[in-house]
Amino acid sequence: MSIHEMGGVEAPADTAHGRHAKGPYQPVFVGARKQELDELLTRYPSKMASLLPALWMVQHDRGWVSEEAMAEVARLLELTPAYVKGVVTFYTMYHQHPVGKYFVQVCTTSPCQVCGAEEVVDAFLRHTGCQELGVTSPDDKFTVIEVECLGACGFATPVMVNEEFIESVTPEGVPDLLSRYK
Amino acid sequence: MGYPHKPHARETTVLSQHFGDMDATTLQGWRKRGGYVALERALGMAPADIVNVVKESGLRGRGGAGFPTGVKWSFMKPGDGKPHYLCCNADESEPGTFKDREIMRWTPHALVEGCAIGAYAIGAETAYIYIRGEFTEPIDRMEAAIKEAYAAGIVGKNAMGSGKTVNVWVHRGAGAYICGEETALMNSLEGRRGNPRIKPPFPAVAGVFGQPTTINNVETLVAVPHILNEGAEWYKKFSRPDNPKSTGTKLYSVCGNIARPGNYEVPMGFPFRDFLYDLCGGPLPGRKFKAIIPGGISVPIQNLAEAEASLMDYEGFVAQGTMLGSGGVIVVDDAQNLVKFIARAARFFAHESCAQCTQCREGTAWTTKILERIAAGDGSAEDLDTLLEIADNMTGKTICVLSDSCATPVVSGLKKFRNDFESLIKKKTHHLVPAVA
Repeated sequence: MSIHEMGGVEAPADTAHGRHAKGPYQPVFVGARKQELDELLTRYPSKMASLLPALWMVQHDRGWVSEEAMAEVARLLELTPAYVKGVVTFYTMYHQHPVGKYFVQVCTTSPCQVCGAEEVVDAFLRHTGCQELGVTSPDDKFTVIEVECLGACGFATPVMVNEEFIESVTPEGVPDLLSRYK
Repeated sequence: MGYPHKPHARETTVLSQHFGDMDATTLQGWRKRGGYVALERALGMAPADIVNVVKESGLRGRGGAGFPTGVKWSFMKPGDGKPHYLCCNADESEPGTFKDREIMRWTPHALVEGCAIGAYAIGAETAYIYIRGEFTEPIDRMEAAIKEAYAAGIVGKNAMGSGKTVNVWVHRGAGAYICGEETALMNSLEGRRGNPRIKPPFPAVAGVFGQPTTINNVETLVAVPHILNEGAEWYKKFSRPDNPKSTGTKLYSVCGNIARPGNYEVPMGFPFRDFLYDLCGGPLPGRKFKAIIPGGISVPIQNLAEAEASLMDYEGFVAQGTMLGSGGVIVVDDAQNLVKFIARAARFFAHESCAQCTQCREGTAWTTKILERIAAGDGSAEDLDTLLEIADNMTGKTICVLSDSCATPVVSGLKKFRNDFESLIKKKTHHLVPAVA
């Protein structure tokens, strides 16, 4: 499944609602999603190997990975919820809490740092209204974090907005860039 | 080529000749450029013969360790009755390195072909390409290429009509530098936390899913079709006459304070001085190069004299106090203080430590804390000794080398750029808070 098929740059439809969800948990793996998972299972000799891809599907559909979702994945892959949580917490890309509609990751590791990445971070914090790293803006639109090496050091400063990868971002270019995300 | 620049006249573009060319990303376009000829030939050969050609070519791993690829493949015992696996390490996360990203973005079919040949050569029916989660565009391009290859019968059951099964799948990581370490990669692929495993057993004995496994870097695998097409003798020509141990072309990612950052491909043994000043355009206007890291942030920092005297191959960089590593060239100029740079590198390692070994978990955190203190102007002369003592305790004592990697820039930085540290340290020893006010 390509990133595009997973939703590309569009924010998941129910992200904002997920945070205030009321009522019983709705399973992720029904219909087409269940079929995708079943197809995935054929690629590996163990069910557990589908854990990371399954968690990606959850995050795509729900915007984050809740405890209920971890339990659902655990049941499908014959694991315990505690085990799944142990894996979720190891990897930085799975959100254990709801985040803004647009999740902004700015690389500040050494090669980008010497090219001025810290000023790019400041510009994002200022122009999104987030003020602080990891805090979601008051309008729920943006969450900005520093990320460790995005692997595009020659194009400092690289930034990810949800699944979109943007090269060579400068502090001056931040307002224009942000205007693309409504 | 120096994507996003045009290729420089002194580059030797083998792996990167189609970078920037969208047509090369499609199956049709790739076939027009000679794609899958090598795979078809390989599937008609005995696996041992493929291994021998690769051995003969002198190809060595491009991920950092530089282990001879053919020798690694020969560790996989044919006919042992066990399923074998090939893992392609596309978790490119070493700060300064972004070559595999461009390979996958522009020549995804080259990697499918390299994986298929590699898998067949080691007796595996399945190859997994483990790509770091942040590489969304490379993942898309790889998925699209694999889809095309399955639809055309190039991979899958009866690959290219050979009667042999070769599956190639993408597996997406989720944000963990340590999963580029081969045993951590295998754990992650199995659906576990990405903690490195103790070796032995080595992957060729008990790797992913407990079965014999080979792990190869992206750049290593994409070189294989060229070797099969052109021959081992052709590949060996890309070397300096006095050093047959390093062969072939190598992709370098160049970043930091330099005029033309990007990817460049040169033959083994190329003079680093010419590379930095001619190909990459030298320093930024009004600046001078100060420190160079030629192989990703885990290798020792060079001063300018060492860098300018280096020849770009495995042995050439070792002769000048560092390593070829992953080929991630990071350039720092005279406008920077090295302490801040190294402190940020330490913070990276502290963030990425899997925390199972004490020396690494504690050492990366303390190194970061002390370096940031010095960078902020609150350091003391004793801090420098403490840093070296911690570095010593972090080297050669853990399951994997992440801990050593954190110590490396500290030790080489202190040795070669001590002035940068001392200029930040006030001329006084640390004042202890008195027990009684």
